[in-house]
Amino acid sequence: METFPVLIKKNLAVFEGVKTVEYVVEMLNIRKEFGNFVANDNITLQLKKGEIHALLGENGAGKSTLMNVLFGLYQPEGGEIRVRGKKVDITNPNIANDLGIGMVHQHFMLVENFSVTENIILGSEPTKLGVTNKKDAAQKVQALSEQYGLNVDPYAIIEDISVGMQQRVEILKTLYRGAEILIFDEPTASLTPQEIIELTQIMKRLVAEGKSIILITHKLKEIMDISDRVTVIRKGEGIGTVVTSETNPSELASLMVGRQVEFTTEKGPAFPKDEVLDIHNLVVEDYRGVEKVKNLNLNVRKGEIVGIAGIDGNGQSELIEAITGLRKVKSGTIRINEKDVTGLKPRKVTESGVGHIPQDRHKHGLVLDFPIGHNIALQTYYKSPISKNGIIDYDKINEKAKQVIADFDVRTQGPHEPARALSGGNQQKAIIGREVDRDPDLLIAALPTRGLDVGAIEFIHSRLIEQRDNGKAVLLISFELDEVMNVSDRIAVIHDGEIVDIVTPETTTEQELGLLMAGHKNGAGVKGVDKEGEDQHVE
Amino acid sequence: MSNRATNILVPLISVILGLLVGAIIMLVSGYNPIRGYTALWNGIFGDLYTIGETLRQITPYLLAGLAVAFAFRSGLFNIGVEGQLIVGWFAAAYVGVAVELPKIIHLPLAILAAAVAGALWGFVPGLLKAKFRVHEVIVTIMMNYIALHVTNALIKTVSGGGDRTELIFTSASLRSEFLQNLTEFSRLHYGILLALVMVGVMWLILEKTTLGFELKAVGFNQNASEYAGMNVNKNIILAMVISGAFAGMAGAMEALGTFEYVSSKGGFTGIGFDGIAVALLGMNTPIGVIFGATLFGSLKYGALNMPNEAQIPMEIVEIVIAVIIFFVASGYVIRLFLLRAANKKKEVK
Repeated sequence: METFPVLIKKNLAVFEGVKTVEYVVEMLNIRKEFGNFVANDNITLQLKKGEIHALLGENGAGKSTLMNVLFGLYQPEGGEIRVRGKKVDITNPNIANDLGIGMVHQHFMLVENFSVTENIILGSEPTKLGVTNKKDAAQKVQALSEQYGLNVDPYAIIEDISVGMQQRVEILKTLYRGAEILIFDEPTASLTPQEIIELTQIMKRLVAEGKSIILITHKLKEIMDISDRVTVIRKGEGIGTVVTSETNPSELASLMVGRQVEFTTEKGPAFPKDEVLDIHNLVVEDYRGVEKVKNLNLNVRKGEIVGIAGIDGNGQSELIEAITGLRKVKSGTIRINEKDVTGLKPRKVTESGVGHIPQDRHKHGLVLDFPIGHNIALQTYYKSPISKNGIIDYDKINEKAKQVIADFDVRTQGPHEPARALSGGNQQKAIIGREVDRDPDLLIAALPTRGLDVGAIEFIHSRLIEQRDNGKAVLLISFELDEVMNVSDRIAVIHDGEIVDIVTPETTTEQELGLLMAGHKNGAGVKGVDKEGEDQHVE
Repeated sequence: MSNRATNILVPLISVILGLLVGAIIMLVSGYNPIRGYTALWNGIFGDLYTIGETLRQITPYLLAGLAVAFAFRSGLFNIGVEGQLIVGWFAAAYVGVAVELPKIIHLPLAILAAAVAGALWGFVPGLLKAKFRVHEVIVTIMMNYIALHVTNALIKTVSGGGDRTELIFTSASLRSEFLQNLTEFSRLHYGILLALVMVGVMWLILEKTTLGFELKAVGFNQNASEYAGMNVNKNIILAMVISGAFAGMAGAMEALGTFEYVSSKGGFTGIGFDGIAVALLGMNTPIGVIFGATLFGSLKYGALNMPNEAQIPMEIVEIVIAVIIFFVASGYVIRLFLLRAANKKKEVK
């Protein structure tokens, strides 16, 4: 542990020697307060021309605040910002734009039924004789797209193109407006692995063409892959800046969290007992009447974690919704503790001993405008001891909330804070706390660590394993192979609505799983291919 | 600037600005604003009689405001308060006229009839929304017209071809000798107390019951509510039924208190529509509705005195009143200006 400060000093020393380096953006000793809360304390970030500079920190560490200061959305209480050596006062985003700073937001700001070009020119439409001149704009978009290898069709409609493509439109938008400094806010959060590779290439191309990039992220792998330097912040404080090639993921994780972090969760062998969940010949349709789950069979026993590995859209969502009563079952049966729960209402399923960490925490998991305390009571508000004869005792809710907040390390100002105000990681911890605290026999965890940092992921994984060790059944759905491999005792691979194979993490490889997920049924044949042609399948 | 200071300053500045702009309007139309506002003041607080009448005017606004606010809190826009009020008015008057019973039974029965009629009128759009996802705004607007003309037809039948019913039996009346004596024989009736009790009822439902918890959850996020095992459709229907019951009771105030009869109407009463503004001014909270209803009721009633005492034509009066309410509703804008001013000050420092 003593080695961190030394390491930082060593790396900082490297830069003190080279004063001549030209910085395009310097944020020096930035301080930002919200009331009594200090979101940024003495943070320094210096961006060199032509580099990819990662800004690393846990959820809620103050990364977004710092970038909003740079983008003119917040005014700092202390420190100064220099752009190309000159001190600047960025009081609103227009000034940031004029200084050539562009932001690619995590949640895209696009009009769904407009074309790519229309979205890009929105707000500064070029006109010819008073009529919007889309043709010239489209040509300019085309040219930019080719220059940076973005491969975007200027006439495509946003809702028709993939998420990765929509992100490129966001990038084009900043380039079209003459951005020289691009801020990427968690750009890979909603991308598929293939799209992430493409984005990496695009970012490298942008830098090669002379742009400078700040990459906000908490994914260590990305940082190691593409960044030149990393500035780490922890709980609002600037920890330091290190050169990527001189560090490693575990050092970065320690800097970020402030303690040693384990990447693979420790877990002993499983001792599975009676069956808790038994799914037999399940068929589920989506809202259009297309069969998304086809004759699926699966069981989960007490004391084991079954991971469902698969590519997004292969029936995982429909499967979970069918189990939890949120979606109608076309045929087949679902039993929990030997009781038939097929077609029961969500509350009845919940009361049969099911906990559900939903895939989309904003849509299903939380009532964002409710205080976090209400959210923690979302499954139990109607039951004793919280309610008696339809009257809620809010003191009991807050009591419960305080206990869950403490047990699950939810960082919040208290039960009265709106759920919306919490960072993503803490929102997720609150949901997991709510579900695990009810001690369900079956815990369904759908993408439980999506968008979370290593510290939170470690915490959540250990909680899932703890449930298992307490003799409960856990069904984990994940798109991340690492997660499935690390946490599960058995892995069921889903493809096109069917479980194509069930394997154990000890006897399989990521390559084999990858092939199974792609629909190559029959493990034996796959393994043969796997051994010989490993390189072709690993990126 | 502290939060508390802005909370007091904002409504104050809003009202002052509204009065100023209203004064300018009177000035350019050639009337004396000081006389105009004196007349308005006297029309609201002039003597015990006007105070009584002002309170009477506030009563239906309270209930109409509650009706709109309650639906809003459950994520529904009940534009049909007007129609629910009209059927409530008729139902209460009908029960008041049709039978004579001991007061202890008759009066509650008449009020209950109004609440049930309003609830029924709210149930239909609630059901259509829950079952078929038909937007409640469309249905409630249409239900308003149906209410207006159906009650007119019923009044004709009940009164044997006339355009108003008999006076209700005193056993169904909300009128109060005590309150009338207190206020120099205004029409102030016990309804104001009932309306205030209903403010408490709404607060209790929303803040103390599991039903209120569910209604608010559904209002904010239907997906999460469904995930949490709440019956979203049931809550939508219940919200509209309860909202309609409040609106129906607003009608009972007119039927059993102010007029003691129901007459056929050429158009809407406007109370239901003003209830939307009352609810929004009160930020959809029960306590806020008291504030909104007081403002609306006072201005509406006080304004009637402006043509008499200051000879300002009713058209100008209505513009002035609208301007004042407009400025109060624009409190957000004023808040923004105050914030900017505060920020500038900080920068100068």
